[in-house]
Amino acid sequence: MSNRIGVYVCHCGTNIHPKVNSPEVAGFSEDLQNVVVGRDYKFMCSDPGQDMIIRDIQELGLDRVVVASCSPRLHEKTFQNACLRAGLNPFLFQMTCIREHCSWVTEDSEEATCKAKHLVAAAVNRVNYHDELYSRMEKVHPDVLVVGAGIAGIQAALDIAKAGHKVHLVEKAPSIGGHMAQFDKTFPTLDCAACISTPKMVAVAQEPNINLMTWAEVEQVSGFVGNYQAVIKQKPRYVDMVKCTGCGLCLEKCPTKVPSEFEEGMGLRRAIYRNSPQSVPNKPVIDATVCRTLNGKKCGVCEKFCPSGAIDYEQQEQTLTVDIGTIVLATGFDTMDPTPMKQYGFGRFDNVLTGLQFERLNNAVGPTGGKIVKKDGTPPDSVAVIHCVGSRDKNHHEYCSRVCCMYALKYDHLIKDKVGHHVKVYNFYIDLRCFGKGYEEFLTRVQEEGVTFIRGRPAEITDKARTPEEEGKLVVVSEDTLLGQTVRVPVDMAILCTAMEPRPDAPEVARRFGISQGLDKFFLEEHPKLGPVSTATDGVFLAGTCQGPKDIPDAVSHASGAAAQALALAARGEVAISPTTSWINPDICIGCKACIGLCAYSAIEFDDRLRVSVVNEAMCKGCGSCAAHCPSGAAQVKHFTEKAIFTELAGMLAPVPEAPITVEDHAESPMAEAGPQESVPPAAETEETATAS
Amino acid sequence: MSEFEPTIVAFVCNWCTYTAADLAGTARMVQSPNVRLIRMMCTGMVDPKYVIKALLSGADAVLVSGCHPGDCHYINGNYKARRRIKLLTEILTGFGFDERRLKLTWVGASEGNEFAETVNKMVEDIKELGPGEATAIEVM
Ligand SMILES: Cc1cc2nc3c(=O)[nH]c(=O)nc-3n(C[C@H](O)[C@H](O)[C@H](O)COP(=O)(O)OP(=O)(O)OC[C@H]3O[C@@H](n4cnc5c(N)ncnc54)[C@H](O)[C@@H]3O)c2cc1C
Ligand code: FES
Repeated sequence: MSNRIGVYVCHCGTNIHPKVNSPEVAGFSEDLQNVVVGRDYKFMCSDPGQDMIIRDIQELGLDRVVVASCSPRLHEKTFQNACLRAGLNPFLFQMTCIREHCSWVTEDSEEATCKAKHLVAAAVNRVNYHDELYSRMEKVHPDVLVVGAGIAGIQAALDIAKAGHKVHLVEKAPSIGGHMAQFDKTFPTLDCAACISTPKMVAVAQEPNINLMTWAEVEQVSGFVGNYQAVIKQKPRYVDMVKCTGCGLCLEKCPTKVPSEFEEGMGLRRAIYRNSPQSVPNKPVIDATVCRTLNGKKCGVCEKFCPSGAIDYEQQEQTLTVDIGTIVLATGFDTMDPTPMKQYGFGRFDNVLTGLQFERLNNAVGPTGGKIVKKDGTPPDSVAVIHCVGSRDKNHHEYCSRVCCMYALKYDHLIKDKVGHHVKVYNFYIDLRCFGKGYEEFLTRVQEEGVTFIRGRPAEITDKARTPEEEGKLVVVSEDTLLGQTVRVPVDMAILCTAMEPRPDAPEVARRFGISQGLDKFFLEEHPKLGPVSTATDGVFLAGTCQGPKDIPDAVSHASGAAAQALALAARGEVAISPTTSWINPDICIGCKACIGLCAYSAIEFDDRLRVSVVNEAMCKGCGSCAAHCPSGAAQVKHFTEKAIFTELAGMLAPVPEAPITVEDHAESPMAEAGPQESVPPAAETEETATAS
Repeated sequence: MSEFEPTIVAFVCNWCTYTAADLAGTARMVQSPNVRLIRMMCTGMVDPKYVIKALLSGADAVLVSGCHPGDCHYINGNYKARRRIKLLTEILTGFGFDERRLKLTWVGASEGNEFAETVNKMVEDIKELGPGEATAIEVM
């Protein structure tokens, strides 16, 4: 008995039709083999659109459905569910994209319509060879892995733990908090950063549902959604976490001093160190690269002074494996190193600082005890704050870093507040982007404090004076685009608001977790608007600035979103796994074992008794490596069978009949009444809102 | 005489190039309508038979496109594809096909512009090259 196929061609409001003549495509489909009905409709994804399919399945006895509309990545599930509701197996459905791949990108309407016909013919051909398939249900492990414990990772871990699920929180640094731990005040409220983040950090340490692993990294991930295994490497701390009381005596006695990363190179730390007294955990680590004892020299000072005998030079690296159901990545950002931008003299002039260095200058436990001073220890009389360094710049990062305007304003205020109102503060900006809640109000407040705004991107910072006033100063040379002239502004200190950028190890991390990076190299979300926390890999979610520049409120909201997504899977406890795995037909397999070597998942075993290869469906991901190679054609990926692809090809390449004559071209044509503009789809008066892109 | 309009079949990986094609669409990057996409789960799934079949059934060229080396959603399917396409190109040229009729590219999920450029460039190249050699093969 032949199949009964229904074809549905969407207008997507005006997104597909009239560029692609949807009624014409629907009419064309009715002449294709086994097609019982071809319809077009304004919004196929709307309820009436779906009902139309359901009704036809039930009334016309359709056993196959084809929808030509937007990308299947958007609405394949919607239509599969409609089929399911009508009692049709969702795999007896095929979707073809005539919007993103056709109407939106083709200039000529006739060509677009012709391409759409080819695509519909291919889909109709293919759907004939679809089989009923059934998803497999798998248990979801209730535990969650959170990677990175900046404010985003902390928020996600706390949300998940509070819901009663166990979290493994892995942080690569010796303590948690990320960048926020380096700040003193936060815009726009000027809350003290420690006051708002320390309670959260302490909550992480005290939460029984959180297994916090600092100074650790995830080395390897295997498995699939609901059933991942992560191998975690715990670097040796050389300090016994149980015995250490965090008294800090060792930090004073250690004789080795090196520049501190946490202080952005402005202060020194010892070989045994912790970032700050508020660090969580507040127990130090020994930097094995500089410690005298660990490098075979005589020392052992910390061991000698430690009152609790916590120093252990013999500690070894440990690896442990955890089972988890879902993963939240919260690995954060880095700031751009401005050294290569020679024109700003960073590294050459003492008083050219980065934003993060200025944060440390402000911090009560920073290198100056919170005093804003120049390298020589005296306060500045004038400061230039240079916005967008490396952001919105084709030579560096095209994107806007979204926080620099705001932290620049924060600095304006802090300078006026801490050093005095006589200090002249000059902002060099391109545009002021104060878009968040309370941000515009903050700008107004800072403007009222008597700060100067110069619109222009400085060309250079120089110490070559031209006038007596410039003598001994840093001169910022810039165009003032509002005045249309070049300005030279002598200052004592310049702060570079450098761009936020992805961490240097982002490519490796992306690979390890099976996700992609975007053009900007931040981790790529599943959909820029509707899937900002999920990724192309099921069960892996993104939180915070690893996905793109964000301020703290946005990073925290994003993290709570990721937590909710991870919890949705964990709480439900089971997940449907796609049945589109490989299958090896034992009647055809010749037992050559070629597929076994090709399988990247070790999902194929050899049955010695039957002398054939057998796919383990639980491990197969359906990549098709085996099927593309199998010399006998025994290995086939379900839903992507050779027959399906061959017929899809045939449909795609078959000539389509000439487009019927349209109204505009031939007014006398008998088709005039049915011209594309006039044809009214059934029930087109319903006012749905388009879900375009 | 109207210009020769080639037909090109593209086997593209769902995770990267298909997504890039969606992105190119969303950004309304105009493309020649000559390229028609077949969505595969991975380039490693593209059986050389499919390419041959396409060329023999009237396609003037075939594009295979997937994730960048190292980025394959299935660990290393694209490496397998790279080897297969290399061998297949040798076979096809042996049968008189111009090697430009089979192209393998890596277009990542965020590279909509790259996808549009690849499509337009390939259509241009094949227009220059003229219709496929398949008819001659059929005679053999
Ligand atoms: C100079 C400056 C000033 C700012 N001031 C403000 C402000 O006043 N107000 C405001 O709202 N926002 C401000 N921001 C923005 C704010 O810093 C971010 O929104 C916030 O820190 C993002 O947090 P996060 O958790 O996403 O990333 P991060 O803070 O970068 O944390 C990421 C964490 O992950 C860890 N990690 C990284 N890779 C790995 C790995 N592979 N394995 C394990 N762990 C890993 C890191 O060690 C780190 O602890 C400012 C930004 C800058 C640059
Ligand atoms: S998944 Fe894209 S090439 Fe393998």
